Amino acid sequence: MTAEIGQFALILALVLAVVQTLAPLVGAWRSDPALMALGRTASALQLLFIVVAFVSLATCYIVNDFSVALVAQHSNMAQPFIYRLGATWGSHEGSMLLWVLILAIYGAAVAVFGGSLRETLQARVLAVQGMIGAAFLGFLLFTSNPFIRLSPIPLDGAELNPVLQDPGLVFHPPVLYSGYVGLSIAFSFGVAALIEGRVDAGWARWVRPWVLAAWIFLTVGIAMGSLWAYYTLGWGGWWFWDPVENASLMPWLLATALLHSSLVLERRGALVSWTILLSILAFSLSLVGTFLVRSGVLTSVHAFALDAKRGVYILAIIAAMTGSALTLFAWRAPALKTGSLFAPLSREYAVTLNNLFLLASAATVFLGTFYPVFMDVLQGDKISVGPPYYTATFVPIFVLLFGLVSFGPMLNWKRDDLRRLLPRLRIPAALAAVVLVVGTVGFGVRHLFAAFGLALGVWLIAGAFIVLARRWRVGQVSRSDMLDLARSTPLAVLGLVIAHAGLGVTTIGITAVSAWQTNKVLSMSPGQSVRLAGNRITMVAVRPVKGENFEANQAQFEVLGAFGKSTIMSERRLYPASQTTTTDAGIEAGILGNIYISVADQNPDGGITVRMWNHPFVDWIWAGALLMALGGAVSLADRSVRVAKVERVVLSPLAAEPVAL
Amino acid sequence: MKRLVFLAPVGLFAALVAAFAAGLGRDPSKLPSTLIDRPLPAFDLPAVRSGDVGLKSTDTTGQPHLLNVFASWCVSCRIEHPVLLQLKAEGVPIDGLDWKDEPSDGEKYLIAQGDPYRLAGNDKTGRAGIDLGVAGVPETFLVDRKGRVRYKQIGPITPEDWAGTIKPLMERLRAEG
Repeated sequence: MTAEIGQFALILALVLAVVQTLAPLVGAWRSDPALMALGRTASALQLLFIVVAFVSLATCYIVNDFSVALVAQHSNMAQPFIYRLGATWGSHEGSMLLWVLILAIYGAAVAVFGGSLRETLQARVLAVQGMIGAAFLGFLLFTSNPFIRLSPIPLDGAELNPVLQDPGLVFHPPVLYSGYVGLSIAFSFGVAALIEGRVDAGWARWVRPWVLAAWIFLTVGIAMGSLWAYYTLGWGGWWFWDPVENASLMPWLLATALLHSSLVLERRGALVSWTILLSILAFSLSLVGTFLVRSGVLTSVHAFALDAKRGVYILAIIAAMTGSALTLFAWRAPALKTGSLFAPLSREYAVTLNNLFLLASAATVFLGTFYPVFMDVLQGDKISVGPPYYTATFVPIFVLLFGLVSFGPMLNWKRDDLRRLLPRLRIPAALAAVVLVVGTVGFGVRHLFAAFGLALGVWLIAGAFIVLARRWRVGQVSRSDMLDLARSTPLAVLGLVIAHAGLGVTTIGITAVSAWQTNKVLSMSPGQSVRLAGNRITMVAVRPVKGENFEANQAQFEVLGAFGKSTIMSERRLYPASQTTTTDAGIEAGILGNIYISVADQNPDGGITVRMWNHPFVDWIWAGALLMALGGAVSLADRSVRVAKVERVVLSPLAAEPVAL
Repeated sequence: MKRLVFLAPVGLFAALVAAFAAGLGRDPSKLPSTLIDRPLPAFDLPAVRSGDVGLKSTDTTGQPHLLNVFASWCVSCRIEHPVLLQLKAEGVPIDGLDWKDEPSDGEKYLIAQGDPYRLAGNDKTGRAGIDLGVAGVPETFLVDRKGRVRYKQIGPITPEDWAGTIKPLMERLRAEG
């Protein structure tokens, strides 16, 4: 019964999504307030029914209703509650249901909180949102129905992929999807603005919080995924350039670009059509990511739903959505007035450079990810693209970009003077130079790149804080004046400082772990000790342990280092239901680095193969990412970002009448 | 001229969709190897495991065997690995070709993940991989007793692949004179 309720709710949601598409579009065209209001109601109701469908599926999982095929495939009697719940979105069908749920939440949020928007703009945004919703609800119902029943009913189910049975992985998809799907709002706003034919500062002010929210979710989601890969894949890597990782990185890069360009649009009315184009592309790359994971066009560990029919459907959605948005762009954007001019040395120009670098880096990732597909189509060759490609292309672009980051916030809008700019950055430059020199002397020329990376990190962090120093006029005014200035600092500025400093922290982490990680692989028996990076690591005991739905061989280690004694537990798990083994690495995390131990199966001689790493500063990678997200959150909390009241400054009225679409 | 600039995104996008649509029809995990029914291309690779003999294309034992291409940096290989260990336990001879990898990394990988291989050679430059037509890792060749390639598996061997395709084929090859 529960499954049928879910199925029925999904069908109703699809119908409502169609209503949400048509009613406000016609309403905005004819200036009919009733039809526009219908769009808002439809989006709220659509959310309601998708929630019903989602709760139905979750209920089927929680009560282990094996008559539902999906539940039988991804759950069993022994599976713990949290992973039965997590399995709700751990499968292809379930994750697509989560996708439309989040989409509907965003859509309803525009309907509920968008009261201060120009009514026609809100109506058109909702219409585009509804169109996306209808497309994906159709995808769910016609190719990936989560509620299909099984007959005969199995006594017990299979299992959620044990690799996914991890607390981090339960929350990773919702967070990441909130990011992906959040970009749909930017897309809808972009398309709605093209239909309206007007883009103004109010538009940018409205769209920015959504982009920021999506960006925060993406940042946290990517960091979570990377952290998960680090501790479960058992070999201490934190980024693999896997197609699906790339699929999340590309929207992030474009969302970052969009975040910066919409700031220019909001403040200066410039980069109008560019910002619109970015808002279309950012969400399109989210769709491409979905296509990548769900179509099987590329083989990847994540691509567990290899189904050509689904691929065709998603490709058709992308072609229709992005294709019509870009056609609309080609038609309408040339008539949008170019914003105010700016000099080659100005903050606007710095943001333009930032955008070009981010776009170029996204393009390299795109090319690397899809090159195998292109080669296959053009020449029938099957090739693969590995990490060396990205080291040669992506990394240099990012190093250049990071070199420029600290300049941006120190530049004045409109125009600036190089002779006045450079002294503002003397402190970060001096600090970076000291690190570079000391690093090169201290670590030797062999580690020149490492010293350079650390200097870059310091440049970013110091460059971030110097923004505050300049704002507070440190050293120029009295202490009480400085405190006044500090108190009046907008949260958005603090957000900028935190996020840019986060970039520096991540840079230091990546550099340190790439340059100085060490590892040892050996067969150990209880009682044996080994030295690793100044620590004495002793295997204390090995014992079998039993989890709720797995059996494990657990090895206990004692680490004796400069900061005292600690214990590390490392497990090799066997999930009997699917006969899968997984590694649960033991990690002693510290601000200066991690000791990471993973164990393999028992050797015939009774010893256990142990792989241990010292990962200096590796946690800084994720700490930096969290700082970036925190910076975003602080900025989001800023009053000036929040849309308390939208000033309807019309900067670029278009000659043409709004088109009916 | 300005119009053209604004048309560029949609033009590029149309080309992309065409490429994707063409790519969709192809299953990346299925491609016929030109090597089928031909002898393995000649290679002579240094050892992965220190103190070991390495791997030559002529290393046949008069029994059909598998030649598995792997790498320590390859995530899918980790997924496949337990299956290989299981096959080893069943007595299936498997040779390993460690593709585009540092020998030390390959050895560490085998120590950490378990070692399913009879012989294992390191193809650091990827040269032998090119001759074999390796597109990505993992790939596995079924080689008959005379050293001819009879089947190629792209991507990880799943228990279903083994039971449904490779095992029956291997048994037939064993029965073949």
